[in-house]
Amino acid sequence: MASLGRLLTATRGRGKLDWTDWASYLYLGLGTLLMLGPVLWLALSSLKSPSGLIEFPPTLLPQEQVRAAVPNYPNPLPLYRITKGDHAGQTLAEVRKIGLQATMVDPAAPETLIRVPIDDRSKIMRLHAAWDNYTDLLKKFDFGRYLWNSVFITTVATIITLLLNSMAAFALSKYKFAGREPVFLMMLATLMIPPTIILVPNYLIAAVLGLTDNPWGVIWPAVATPTGVFLLRQYMLTLPDDLLEAARMDNASEWRIYWRIVLPLSKPALAVLAIFSVMWRWNEFLWPMVVLGRNETFTLPLALNSFQGELTTQWNYLLAMTVVTLVPVTVIFALLQRHITQGIASAGVK
Amino acid sequence: MSRMNGSLSLEGLVKRFGGTQVVHGVSFDVADGEFVVFVGPSGCGKSTLLRMICGLETVSEGEVRIGGERVNDLPAARRGLALVFQSYALYPHMTVYQNMAFGLENLGMPKAEIAQRVGEAARMLRLDEYLQRKPTALSGGQRQRVAIGRAIVREPRIFLFDEPLSNLDAELRVGMRTELADLHRRLGTTMIYVTHDQVEAMTMADKIVVLRAGRVEQVGPPLELYNHPCNRFVAGFIGSPQMNFLEGRVAAGDGPGLAVEIPGFGVLRTNAAAHGLAPGGAVSIGIRPEHVRAGHEGDNDLTGAVAGVEQLGGLSYVRLADPNITIQIPGQTRLAAGEATPVHFPIDALHVFDADGMTVPAIS
Repeated sequence: MASLGRLLTATRGRGKLDWTDWASYLYLGLGTLLMLGPVLWLALSSLKSPSGLIEFPPTLLPQEQVRAAVPNYPNPLPLYRITKGDHAGQTLAEVRKIGLQATMVDPAAPETLIRVPIDDRSKIMRLHAAWDNYTDLLKKFDFGRYLWNSVFITTVATIITLLLNSMAAFALSKYKFAGREPVFLMMLATLMIPPTIILVPNYLIAAVLGLTDNPWGVIWPAVATPTGVFLLRQYMLTLPDDLLEAARMDNASEWRIYWRIVLPLSKPALAVLAIFSVMWRWNEFLWPMVVLGRNETFTLPLALNSFQGELTTQWNYLLAMTVVTLVPVTVIFALLQRHITQGIASAGVK
Repeated sequence: MSRMNGSLSLEGLVKRFGGTQVVHGVSFDVADGEFVVFVGPSGCGKSTLLRMICGLETVSEGEVRIGGERVNDLPAARRGLALVFQSYALYPHMTVYQNMAFGLENLGMPKAEIAQRVGEAARMLRLDEYLQRKPTALSGGQRQRVAIGRAIVREPRIFLFDEPLSNLDAELRVGMRTELADLHRRLGTTMIYVTHDQVEAMTMADKIVVLRAGRVEQVGPPLELYNHPCNRFVAGFIGSPQMNFLEGRVAAGDGPGLAVEIPGFGVLRTNAAAHGLAPGGAVSIGIRPEHVRAGHEGDNDLTGAVAGVEQLGGLSYVRLADPNITIQIPGQTRLAAGEATPVHFPIDALHVFDADGMTVPAIS
């Protein structure tokens, strides 16, 4: 906490604020606003009720109109403060609204109906967080299933990605064999092929293998990533060969060298790849949409998409679900970010 | 505990990398329990030779035998050797204990025995306090000891050291040298030690193997190499400061020994056998700095101008120009640069090398 305070109050000069301090803080503040603003707005909006979302002018904080129970009326009525006319200053409840005239009652004297022009009144608002956006998600939709699908695919795909890519990287960085460079170059060359081009052939293969409508259909095509192999290979090149030879002298099998020496020492690079893989799999949309046809196999992004209907969009649920979707990636990033910066710095890749 | 036979013999060992041959038919034997030092300038193939012995490099031709058994095709781990790397090659993510235990774990040894062996080695190397530390938290000397400890716990037939002291500072190096010598005495195991530092070779070895450009120049005990180098390379490589060389020609002598004319300085008489050398043929004379005597003694005398003086307190080195030689004088000297100083070359301290650099044998 103390270090955070020091970080936030750091200045260039001693004591007095230099103009560079002003410039830096302005720049950083603007950046924070640009980056964090939309996310904050999303989080706050996800707590708004459907009517709060379409409120104009839009508010930053989740609000809703105050309602009061009035005798003789079955439902609570929305409250307004009258600003002009005979009843100025009074708080009235709206019974109905026709054109530019509203029919209202005084909650204290519900027998008399009062007609008020709608321009002469303002809504009475209060802060209110609509947590039911979140709780409803769990009740109404099969949210748990989508979450599980996403978590399963992300976790399993990431583990397999780390294993396969690190093995490939180990071989490509530490063994000398004929064709090592061509194999590596060919792997990298696949980066030049846009994923949309191989969408159809990939689907055909997945269909033949019976992987459609199946989480493994998302997992298998994704686990071999040239970026991952490249990243890990570059990092493993920096591990001294002496260590491997020492392990060989220590009677370690090649598997054991990989498992006990190379993997633990590649941790920073593995962390980078892990976070990349989690983000890729978690946010992936196009390929799962193609492969996963049945509703119960959907991942979160697909489920999110299904909230946007052709005629109506349930924005409150869409926003709440978007927030839920963002949380795991954010948490993982926060936990691993030290490794990531370290790994990126030492692997010399961006 | 019965120790396995740790003798080593190399026969016609050749190593090629692609088209280039770096080791040219090396043969010699190492007896069980010997401390052998491979010495030579960098790039002479000594490390390659070591790596071929321990199995990290394949043998192109020839045979490696350990304890009388051919091991060419045996993987490194099965040869019963332990190698201490120049870089120590400690596993940075493991503690000192885990570093030393790793090899034993791979052999499937019971935990209790591992703990016992590591504990013993740690005590011997004074590492007890550091067993739970990571290598990065150790000093250079301590890391070196961990590397040696990792070798010791495996109770190898032969210890191999690849320039193990070159990353230490001068003071530590002297200390570790004695420790290694002590260790050898205590364990009695064969040790093979690679270095480019002839002082390390002289001080530790039972036997030195001098290598140059992938060939063995001479094998023998340190003092034999010092006193009777078989060629000019060995003569120049062993001993510090270097032996002085003077180029000359075979002169028509009257004595039994070869007379060598040094142009501009006259004729020097030597003990070398004259037969086979025609008068006028190119030869060179070698004499160690400590064998040159100050003052004239009526024969084999030269006079040179002092070019520089290095006073070490206990002894002094005087560099002469014309002839270009260094002489060692016991104690301190008053000589200053520019002074002319007479020197005498004792006849029995002179080495003579023929045009190919081979030593001309003395008259028997």
